[in-house]
Amino acid sequence: MNEMRTLILDTAERIFRDICDQALVDKAEKGEWPAGLWQTLEESGLTQASVPEERGGAGGTIGDGLYFLKTASRYVAPLPLAETLIAGVLLAEAGADVPAGPLTIAPVRKGEVIEFSDGKLSGTASRVPFAHGASAIVVATSAGLAIVDPKNVKIDRDKSMAGEPRDTVTFDGASATIVGSVSPDRIWELGALARSVQMAGALEGILAMSVQYVQDRKQFGRTLSKFQAVQQSLAAMAGQVAAASSASDTAIEATEAGDPGVAIAVAKARVGEAAGVAAELAHQAHGAIGFTHEYALHQFTRRLWGWRDEFGGEPYWQAEIGRQVAKAGADNLWKFASRT
Amino acid sequence: MTTALTYPPRTLGPEQEAMRAEVRAFLQKDYAAGGFGRGQEAMARYDVEFSRRWGQAGFIGITWPKQYGGRGLTFLDRYVVTEEALAAGAPVGAHWVADRQSGPLLLKYGTEEQRQRFLPKIIAGEAFFCIGMSEPDSGSDLASVRMSATRVDGGWKLNGTKLWTSLAHICHYMIALVRTSPVNPENRHEGMSQMIVDLKAPGVEVRPVYNLAGEHHFNQEVFTDYFVPDENVVGEIGAGWEQVMSELAYERSGPERILSTFQTLVELVRQVGDDPSEVEARAIGRLTAHLMTLRGMSVSVAGMLADGKMPVTEAALVKDVGTNYCKEVPEMARLICPPEDGAGNSKYEKMLKTATLIAPSLTIQGGTREILRGMIARGLGLR
Ligand SMILES: Cc1cc2nc3c(=O)[nH]c(=O)nc-3n(C[C@H](O)[C@H](O)[C@H](O)COP(=O)(O)OP(=O)(O)OC[C@H]3O[C@@H](n4cnc5c(N)ncnc54)[C@H](O)[C@@H]3O)c2cc1C
Repeated sequence: MNEMRTLILDTAERIFRDICDQALVDKAEKGEWPAGLWQTLEESGLTQASVPEERGGAGGTIGDGLYFLKTASRYVAPLPLAETLIAGVLLAEAGADVPAGPLTIAPVRKGEVIEFSDGKLSGTASRVPFAHGASAIVVATSAGLAIVDPKNVKIDRDKSMAGEPRDTVTFDGASATIVGSVSPDRIWELGALARSVQMAGALEGILAMSVQYVQDRKQFGRTLSKFQAVQQSLAAMAGQVAAASSASDTAIEATEAGDPGVAIAVAKARVGEAAGVAAELAHQAHGAIGFTHEYALHQFTRRLWGWRDEFGGEPYWQAEIGRQVAKAGADNLWKFASRT
Repeated sequence: MTTALTYPPRTLGPEQEAMRAEVRAFLQKDYAAGGFGRGQEAMARYDVEFSRRWGQAGFIGITWPKQYGGRGLTFLDRYVVTEEALAAGAPVGAHWVADRQSGPLLLKYGTEEQRQRFLPKIIAGEAFFCIGMSEPDSGSDLASVRMSATRVDGGWKLNGTKLWTSLAHICHYMIALVRTSPVNPENRHEGMSQMIVDLKAPGVEVRPVYNLAGEHHFNQEVFTDYFVPDENVVGEIGAGWEQVMSELAYERSGPERILSTFQTLVELVRQVGDDPSEVEARAIGRLTAHLMTLRGMSVSVAGMLADGKMPVTEAALVKDVGTNYCKEVPEMARLICPPEDGAGNSKYEKMLKTATLIAPSLTIQGGTREILRGMIARGLGLR
């Protein structure tokens, strides 16, 4: 790891440990914007780590931004950090300046199209993360990339099962200017990558919580960690978490190297699967307390259950990989899998 | 607050890709010339002639120093050589153990005389080794081994039985874990030693044990007053436990733990064809995503070995996740592409059948799933 990345991750770790606690996440889920946390991160240059300095960012690489996102997700930071990162990357790629403040992106679902003609937008995007409260919405329209002021669109609020804003945005009649080009699947691909990274971070979070919990909790006169059945299921969980982290790190590195190939599909499919298995094991290890609102585990597991279905769930990405494998043919399977 | 074991992505360099090209060229040529039959669980399949050609082409002991005939390359180079052989389904069983762990053991703990005596022969594909750890009453609890070694003039006398020894019937040597002093209840790991056993010498009888498929893969060896000369003792008398443990990092994370049923996946892809249904595409995609992820983890561990680390827990985790994956391949294949109630004889059905038959062994040999998870739990700080 280079010096810049070490600095970013150390700073992030410290900020989240100090400010991003269970109560803050809880308030955010109830609708209170965590202004202090956002401001601290933004002032430290972390919210736009991947954007070049001349465009308004901190001048890091896309990998810097994504590893920062992984750290943030170990604390389930309730902010549009993934969306701000993606919006920043899209704008920088299009050669546009990146505005300050929290950003979001649209559309985030397959099949939704936002038309642009005569300087006006039309169409509706659903499940847009954190649209209300965003300082700008970066939209991949039929004619290119546009920056839209949320004040000019209609926003119907809704939430994900993790209490994260997922709004319906009606663009009809909103004026916009095209700032550059964007390929049709770019949001979808970066979204799948970001959710994989977020899940990998949250998975490391629930593993750490579970390991700690079974060492504290006593039954039958000893800590749960002394029971072999408990040890075995946490070891199985560690396997899922390690696989998830490896798959998402590999996708980060491949993206940073400019050749993600199938790595993002592999990450989303593999991490999504790990999320379901590991969340189940974490809850089992916690017993009833983990099923309460009072205990923080649900802040992680509800996000895992939500994130795994966004930007294509496992079936979507598995089929995508499967079709590529079938097309390459049986005798090229090894070359495909080893990327050689 | 990270507790997780980490597997930093490791990119293979141009040297490794050059090595890959060399190995692929050899395998293609050898296969085209009718040199070997493809199959799965390649490390259990053997062809003595193939191993000789493989050794002569310079693919055994490639990390070992040049003075013994090795190439002095890294673990990442070795990784590439072994994964290409396994992916091609080549019968690498005969030389596998010697290349993977007996040679490295001799390099680490053996005498100079032993290295000179054995390493060049291993490298040439002419000396095959097997692992003499398990016994009838000692499986997971390896520290309970009973085979006794008693001191005699110029060496040791062995009495007892080793069991489940893969390919002992075609190997020249076994490295046996034996008791050189009685069990100390205070420290069960004391009093064990490792010795090189010449399986062709008198005093040892190698008997076949047929596996569930009726095949002769592993064996039982009965030792009666078998003489081991002092020059065949490996390392220190009494340090056997520590030496055995050091072998395990090499043993557990290699490509063999993720590719045991790879040929089933290959034939499944062939069976399904280039226009798969949604369900077929998902199954193939899922199995491929798992494979690619595991490969990344396994390469990462090879990188740690190349850096001189001893990633014992990381390796145990890759073996746990990897072998479970290998067992899933035939189970998933039969659901999406059902065989003809066992009667079919297509290439796909043959692979599916062998994969189903070897599956139970994958999470037992080389440390059971439960033992590995115990090690992972220790790594997490739970024990
Ligand atoms: C195909 C094959 C090839 C082999 N080749 C070799 C070889 O070349 N050389 C060699 O030395 N050995 C070899 N083995 C033996 C192998 O190392 C042992 O089978 C293995 O160590 C398990 O020992 P066991 O079979 O006696 O099972 P046991 O140890 O009796 O275990 C039976 C079951 O109990 C569980 N168990 C045992 N102890 C515990 C515990 N403490 N906690 C929880 N669960 C536990 C195990 O996980 C397993 O599920 C081979 C085995 C196979 C199947």
